[in-house]
Amino acid sequence: MILAAISYSFLQHYWWAIISLLAALLVFLLFVQGGQTFIYSIGKTAADRNMLVNALGRKWEFTFTTLVTFGGTFFASFPLFYSTSFGGAYWVWIAILFSFIIQSVAYEYRSKPNNFLGRKTFDVFLFINGALGTTLLGVAVSTFFTGSQFEVAHSNITNLMDGNVIISQWKNPAHGLEALLNIQNLCLGFTIFFLARVLGLLYFMNSIKSDEIYARTKKQLLYNAIPFVVLFITYIVMILLQDGFAVNPETKEVYMHPYKYLHNFLDMPVILIMFLIGVLLVLWGIISSLIKESETKGIWFAGVGTLFVVFALLINVGYNNTSYYPSTFDLQSSLTIENSCSSPFTLKVMGVVSLFIPAIAAYIWWAWKTMNRKKITLEELEGEDHKY
Amino acid sequence: MENVDLSLIDWSRAQFAMTAIYHWLFVPLTLGLSFIIAIMETMYVRTGNEEWKRTAKFWMTLFGINFAIGVATGIILEFEFGTNWSNFSWFAGDMFGAPLAIEGMFAFFIEATFVAIMFFGWNKFSKRAHLISTWMVAIGATLSAVWILIANAWMQNPVGTHFNPDTARFEMSSFWEVVTNPVAISKFFHTATSSYMMGAIFVIGVSCWFLIKKRNVDFALRSIKVAALFGVAMSVLTVFTGDNSGQKMGKHQPMKLAASEALYDGAEGSSLSVIGVIKPGAKVGTPQEDVFSVNIEIPKMLSFMTYHDLDAYIPGINDLTLGNKEHGLMPAEEKIRRGRLANEALKEYNTAITQKDKVEAERLRKKFDKTTEEGKEFYESYFQYFGYGFLNNPNELVPNVPLTYYSFRVMVAAGFFFILLFVLVILFHYKRKLENMRWLQWIALLSIPLVYLASQCGWVVAEVGRQPWVIQDLLPTMAAVSNIEASSVQITFFLFLTLFAILLVAELKIMITQIKLGPKDEGGNEK
Repeated sequence: MILAAISYSFLQHYWWAIISLLAALLVFLLFVQGGQTFIYSIGKTAADRNMLVNALGRKWEFTFTTLVTFGGTFFASFPLFYSTSFGGAYWVWIAILFSFIIQSVAYEYRSKPNNFLGRKTFDVFLFINGALGTTLLGVAVSTFFTGSQFEVAHSNITNLMDGNVIISQWKNPAHGLEALLNIQNLCLGFTIFFLARVLGLLYFMNSIKSDEIYARTKKQLLYNAIPFVVLFITYIVMILLQDGFAVNPETKEVYMHPYKYLHNFLDMPVILIMFLIGVLLVLWGIISSLIKESETKGIWFAGVGTLFVVFALLINVGYNNTSYYPSTFDLQSSLTIENSCSSPFTLKVMGVVSLFIPAIAAYIWWAWKTMNRKKITLEELEGEDHKY
Repeated sequence: MENVDLSLIDWSRAQFAMTAIYHWLFVPLTLGLSFIIAIMETMYVRTGNEEWKRTAKFWMTLFGINFAIGVATGIILEFEFGTNWSNFSWFAGDMFGAPLAIEGMFAFFIEATFVAIMFFGWNKFSKRAHLISTWMVAIGATLSAVWILIANAWMQNPVGTHFNPDTARFEMSSFWEVVTNPVAISKFFHTATSSYMMGAIFVIGVSCWFLIKKRNVDFALRSIKVAALFGVAMSVLTVFTGDNSGQKMGKHQPMKLAASEALYDGAEGSSLSVIGVIKPGAKVGTPQEDVFSVNIEIPKMLSFMTYHDLDAYIPGINDLTLGNKEHGLMPAEEKIRRGRLANEALKEYNTAITQKDKVEAERLRKKFDKTTEEGKEFYESYFQYFGYGFLNNPNELVPNVPLTYYSFRVMVAAGFFFILLFVLVILFHYKRKLENMRWLQWIALLSIPLVYLASQCGWVVAEVGRQPWVIQDLLPTMAAVSNIEASSVQITFFLFLTLFAILLVAELKIMITQIKLGPKDEGGNEK
């Protein structure tokens, strides 16, 4: 009875919130990727590098699994996005994919004897994943604000005569690479890159007990926090001042609306407050780690702050009659949570499944806390028989 | 359908086949080895004997090497549904996406969390908690198999669904039907038990290498004991579940059954071809007597195995394409015609919507509503052939017969051989003679590549045998691809191939080196 009473609109909004939450978790967990870009700059000796890699290695699967779950959930709840974006912006998703494939074997294989490619190559894989994976994910998500060139026509399935029955059609021959030519997209790409690095550094400060590493990490924190903050502010200013892709709730027509994303924040004050609190938490995480003598809790402030900010931004781009995946080729092909989602039945079934998420989060939290009870030190690593 | 870019379709199929085959090199070992390790660690916790811990840790090292590359290759497939099969992603997303998302939410997170504890938590968790974590890795891996196979089974037997003309896709009408799809159940049990068997063969094979080298003999015999008992049970179940899968095939995918038997002319009381040589050039219209140059067959056995009725009718490739009035089989030409009419009706409906002709739209919409009399009739007469409307000629309905036929036989022959192998290993182990039986040790070692081959052959039968369908009868491959250039797919095909070759070499070298190093003592040194 309760299930019957839940409206389709509620389900669409609920699932967009879940997607936003998973995206927020993913961005937070990109601290692993960010940390990977520091293996050689912070790790001056092989022992140092082993500590860094093993600290990250304990968590790499969480990020990976979150990426996989994010993709699968997006597919399940908004399949038109999956078919349009993945089947259209082909090269961007392939590049992201390759960067994650090479990451997943790198941890396990880098220290194994006779590993064919040598430890340095696997560490380069980790670097590539850290640099490319983060930047490209940022570029891809930025297209939620800047738009892409595609057309969607459900009626194509009946084009038996001309043979082109594919519903989602990308209209740019670069198939996604054109997103890299857009300054705004690159801005978010590099923002995510530097954010991941900042979070990676804060994670090192929290989980490794070594004075030398701590000192180097703190120095790098300053060098990376500055570009992160500058780029982040630039990006936020860009989206708040730009024309956004709005939807008329009655006619479902998509149209350009000045300051749409600013209006969305103002129309959804809870989200705006969440965003602002998130920004403050991230800043406090960074600042407290810079100014205090031996702060190790920065990752928690910055991490929670990241969750709030990313969640708020994604809610902003999807809620309040906004097109979350706009088409600059054909505005009316733009995707909204209403026109791209699964059926009410499927969303309801998955809604029931989603009620188990707190239980999943609970055992992950329990495992994380217990695993992290001891910080990584050289002695602790020596005592381990399974190490990366 | 005119003007189809066949090159795009063929390269997309080739890429998915390659990436799936590559992923399947690692998944069964994850499934099988995880349970064997869990059993070994249970022995450690129950007996307190440190040798069991040492044994379990050795196999865990190999598990880790295999698991990492299994994970790496799995994400490719998830992305590939979208990148290379975008029409399928929309058309079937409402059905397919849910099991995939559930796989991520439940199975993968369980695996990821507990694998970390399994590897790194020896000193941080109690013996009991660590043991539970190891079992959770095994359970998580198996749960992952459950959900992805439910998704794949839906493609083979699309249940619990209805077509929505407004969204032009298949939508779920019953989650219960999807989860309890008979093809899903039989497919899961067959895939799981055969994978568990593969884990056992791997452990026995590697352990026999130690026996051949006369090294770590106690460790090897201990490992063999667990693996052989586990393996013999799983191999017998593999045969029974395989038989069950065959029956499902007969019921839901008769063309796949016909192809795996190279049965062109159906018959009541069909013979089972044990092994034969298919003549090149066998095609639609070829009479059965001209199909094989050599064929060893058991009369009536195919009918009996499929329907438990010696005289049951099994349709052949010719019957399923050219039709068979006597057995009520419609010719494929007619199915194609009806499928096109169903497609035409959808086109008319779309036109009425575009022209805002509410009356006409209302009238046409009734055809797609199976709950009405008209909708039921339209479905039975036309819409169930919707997928056929995309095809141009009946020959497209026939999968690659020799590939399906021979793969099936390799798989089955190997399966029976493995039962014999397990029995012999158990027998000689019990008689304490195994240590000195070099011929059996070598056979066990060489069974490792054989079990990999057999395992891949199973998927070849399942997926080649269902061609041209991505969703049985509802969507063929040519209507399921992405709108990209064939050259793009060629590039990514070769990129994947190169990366895979490099990673496979790395994986094999690492694995072989770790095996040669052998189990470590508690100080982490090789013993």
